[in-house]
Amino acid sequence: MANKIATRQAYGEALVELGKKYDNLIVLDADLSKSTMTAGFSKEYPDRFFNMGIAEQNLYGTAAGLAVSGKIVCASTFAMFAAGRAFEIIRNSIGYTKANVKICATHAGITVGEDGASHQVIEDLALMRSIPGMVVLNPADGNSAKRLVEAAIEYNGPVYVRLGRLATPIFYEENADVEIGKGNVLRDGSDYTIIATGFMVNEAIQAAELLKSEGISIRVIDMHTIKPIDKDIIIKAAKETKGIVTAEEHNIIGGLGGAVAEVVTENCPIKMKIVGIKDKFGQSGKPLELVEEYGLTAKDLVLAVKSLV
Amino acid sequence: MSDYGKLIKVANDIRIDIVKQVHFAGSGHPGGSLSAADIVTVLYFYEMNIDSANPKKADRDKFVLSKGHAAPVQYAALAEKGYFPKDELWKLRKLGSMLQGHPDMKKVPGIEMSTGSLGQGISASVGMALANKIDNNPGRIYTLIGDGELQEGLVWEAFMASSHYKLDNLTAILDWNGLQIDGKNEDVMTVTPVDKKFESFGWNVIKIDGHSFEEIIKAFEGAKKCKGKPTVIIAKTIKGKGVSFMENNAGWHGKAPSEEEAKQAVAELGGEW
Repeated sequence: MANKIATRQAYGEALVELGKKYDNLIVLDADLSKSTMTAGFSKEYPDRFFNMGIAEQNLYGTAAGLAVSGKIVCASTFAMFAAGRAFEIIRNSIGYTKANVKICATHAGITVGEDGASHQVIEDLALMRSIPGMVVLNPADGNSAKRLVEAAIEYNGPVYVRLGRLATPIFYEENADVEIGKGNVLRDGSDYTIIATGFMVNEAIQAAELLKSEGISIRVIDMHTIKPIDKDIIIKAAKETKGIVTAEEHNIIGGLGGAVAEVVTENCPIKMKIVGIKDKFGQSGKPLELVEEYGLTAKDLVLAVKSLV
Repeated sequence: MSDYGKLIKVANDIRIDIVKQVHFAGSGHPGGSLSAADIVTVLYFYEMNIDSANPKKADRDKFVLSKGHAAPVQYAALAEKGYFPKDELWKLRKLGSMLQGHPDMKKVPGIEMSTGSLGQGISASVGMALANKIDNNPGRIYTLIGDGELQEGLVWEAFMASSHYKLDNLTAILDWNGLQIDGKNEDVMTVTPVDKKFESFGWNVIKIDGHSFEEIIKAFEGAKKCKGKPTVIIAKTIKGKGVSFMENNAGWHGKAPSEEEAKQAVAELGGEW
């Protein structure tokens, strides 16, 4: 657990690697390349990097135009301005046209920290997964982020990749088996299941450890793909364990919790608890202070599991 | 007249097909389709390097209808050019038709970009022009924008980027008919001075009468000669051009003619019902 990197950094490193393999890979940014970590790619492949300035709508419109001309495009800015400000451009010019654009959006959620609510998007998973055909990814650590960025680039069509600002522990092996649409069981267990995504996966692992000492066996699933959601792994958990807790650094409305509940209610209704941001805006503060303030720690997950008992 | 006889005939046929399409559809946008008919005719039947038998050929020129509500003019031109059978035109806006209310590149051969939400066609055109620059592809991008569309902020983001990246392979044509849904541009939201705005955004500006074939053709020549910056052709047009009761009438922005009105319009255009 010593190694910590932000998923945005993993993304930046992956791009430099993938630029070699994919000579039709184009990267766009909106004046945030040092923060989104596309700067490495821009240095390595200056002819394939375009800064579109502080203009996120045109960032994604231009990305669409490049993609319909045969390019693979990674277009990055903060998740707030990608999923939020540019929503309708993404919906009509990228989603509707099935354009081969990867919306690699960094600084998602409240772990943005000090910048405050205006920059802490907690609605992006809900917005992006409601677009027909959009693939939605939310990697949990640096190693899985690299795998998922490559998988997104290999996949032909629109993908939203949610990336974080904060450096977080690495728990996947390098080159681990991480596949779009397939959740990963990180800890097997028989009493309850925690299905987590992104930043919350590490908290879920810790919660499982805490509950183990109390004799409660927890299955931890990393649901890195919010859409298409892995129905089989959810139904299996619903059948084999007594309840499901979902965990996301996102509003409790419309994100992972909603996606899991949609599968559970239609296939195998069991008790669920949705842990996330309780329909309120974030605020300034240190990332880990905010995580505590908003009830997104391992301890909160322990309480959520116990509420199902 | 004689020099442009073929173009005049095609433009007239396209106008007839616009009126018929919108009538049979029972809804749609005749005014802004008719105002753009001459420009679109020159593009498809004179200017652009395209081949309906090989619609995806790599070095083709591409037309983007950023004012996507004028779909009937593009559909009429594509059918006339042989991209699909003319019978399809009469299924416009009907369930199951490939001819959607606004152009869908996934359904219609010859449509290069799905449009309809204003500002997005010119923004995608930036990417298309950039891609051709990256690939040293000689194909040019021609994008028709509306005057009301200029009120979208995205248009100006796209204009800024086009001059920044010196996209001289991109030509925008402003269909300046002066009217939008709620009335005159200047009553709804002033867009003038358009020429100075475009110039200050770093574009080469050419002003023409958008119903003069001679001027339209010359303007495209001028655009091709201009190096290092994109060109915008400000084409003064008449909304509803060619149909007496639709001309300069904002009410015909988005309304279908009745059978009687459609018959009168087609008669005025010298067509047969």
